[in-house]
Amino acid sequence: MGLLVIVMLMSGLMILNAHPRLYWGAYGANFDHAWLALQGRPFPGWATIPSTYNLAAARRWHLAFAWVLVTGLVVFLAVSLWNRHIQRDLVPKSGQLKPGGIWDDIKAHARLRFPTGEAALHYNILQKISYVAVIFLLIPLMILSGLTMSPAMDAAWPWLVDLFGGRQSARSIHFLCAAALLLFIVVHLLMVVLAGPINEVRSMITGRFRVPVE
Amino acid sequence: MITRRRFIAAGSAGLLAGCDRLNNSQAFRGVLRSAEALTMRAQRLVSPRDALAREFSEADLSPIFRSNGTSMPGTTDYARHLAEDFANWRVTVDGLVARPLSIPVQLLRSLPHRVQITRHDCVEGWSAIGKWHGVPLSKVLDAARLSPRANYIVFHCADRFGDKPYYESIDLIDAFHPQTILAVGMNGRLLPVPNGAPVRLRVERQLGYKHAKYIQRIQAVESLAGVYGGKGGYWEDTTDYEWYAGI
Repeated sequence: MGLLVIVMLMSGLMILNAHPRLYWGAYGANFDHAWLALQGRPFPGWATIPSTYNLAAARRWHLAFAWVLVTGLVVFLAVSLWNRHIQRDLVPKSGQLKPGGIWDDIKAHARLRFPTGEAALHYNILQKISYVAVIFLLIPLMILSGLTMSPAMDAAWPWLVDLFGGRQSARSIHFLCAAALLLFIVVHLLMVVLAGPINEVRSMITGRFRVPVE
Repeated sequence: MITRRRFIAAGSAGLLAGCDRLNNSQAFRGVLRSAEALTMRAQRLVSPRDALAREFSEADLSPIFRSNGTSMPGTTDYARHLAEDFANWRVTVDGLVARPLSIPVQLLRSLPHRVQITRHDCVEGWSAIGKWHGVPLSKVLDAARLSPRANYIVFHCADRFGDKPYYESIDLIDAFHPQTILAVGMNGRLLPVPNGAPVRLRVERQLGYKHAKYIQRIQAVESLAGVYGGKGGYWEDTTDYEWYAGI
């Protein structure tokens, strides 16, 4: 999933290279007011797929991997609902959402004090909030705002353009969600590294986790 | 378990270099290309055949409708037509039709028009809203009595990219869509040269490069294989843009 999202981000940046200006509303082109106006081809080769300017190839990558991403998300959601991963591990427990509890968790993260013992076996509340936000808010918003950029989809499902307030607004929201997703990936990887990368990655893949002691 | 971990490590390490190499692999590009057919089938599945692109009001018009691609076909032939105010410009309709036509552009201008204010979406990402006046393509195809063998409509244009003529093509679902028109006017005036004078295509459920400008010939064909590079359009042949540009 992570690799897929990175392919989407990098091919997406190449597509944005073709017209690196973002607008609000239904229309927006060179003579209209842009809230983000970059010059030339602003995203360098190491950040894009492919690495040299090629809108056609970037669109092929982006639109093909979008299918893989959507399929993966649907399978993940189906399996995770069926084996109760979502209900058991991701939905915050009663009491976890109290401001005090969240504040304590923010302080613990800021001091890089990671949970030990029994608490380390569960997602903490900041993890739960961010995972739920990514799975149920950011990625669905990415998919819907992406579809809204399709003229054929707008004809078939006119509510899409209304949902985002116009095609160019949808394009802006698509970019902002991508930026939020990138921020999530960076913070997530940083936390994995800080919390002990070998132990964490092993637990993600195999489920074997060495519980940190006090 | 090791294989999966190794897969992830190798995947992320090789991502940067690997993507370019994959992009150069014919087999991999073939896999990527198969997504175009999937997208087209899926979009057609959820689209009623005549689902209309949204039409806007005068208040929504872009203050300036930018042009893209060719803004002035550089041929002497086109310069002559421009000097004559397109008085001798004709659109021929041929190929798989029972009654080939050669329609003077004045006739296209005087036939009953459909007027539509729609959003034009460029493959690059920008959008502009314009008002288009034109004859439904379905009327022209009916007048030419399209053969049941015809599957695609090809538009041959007066503009050249180097020595290559611009052309585009659509299938019959889009050709007979009520908003698919041969536009001769824009924003209440005759079509300006940068936007395709004297006649251009509007195919509102697809991206801008499908909207062929400077149309001189409309050809009905069974297959796109025999037309120029065989992929159905100038950009499709030369830079691998999708033939189906609904997204």
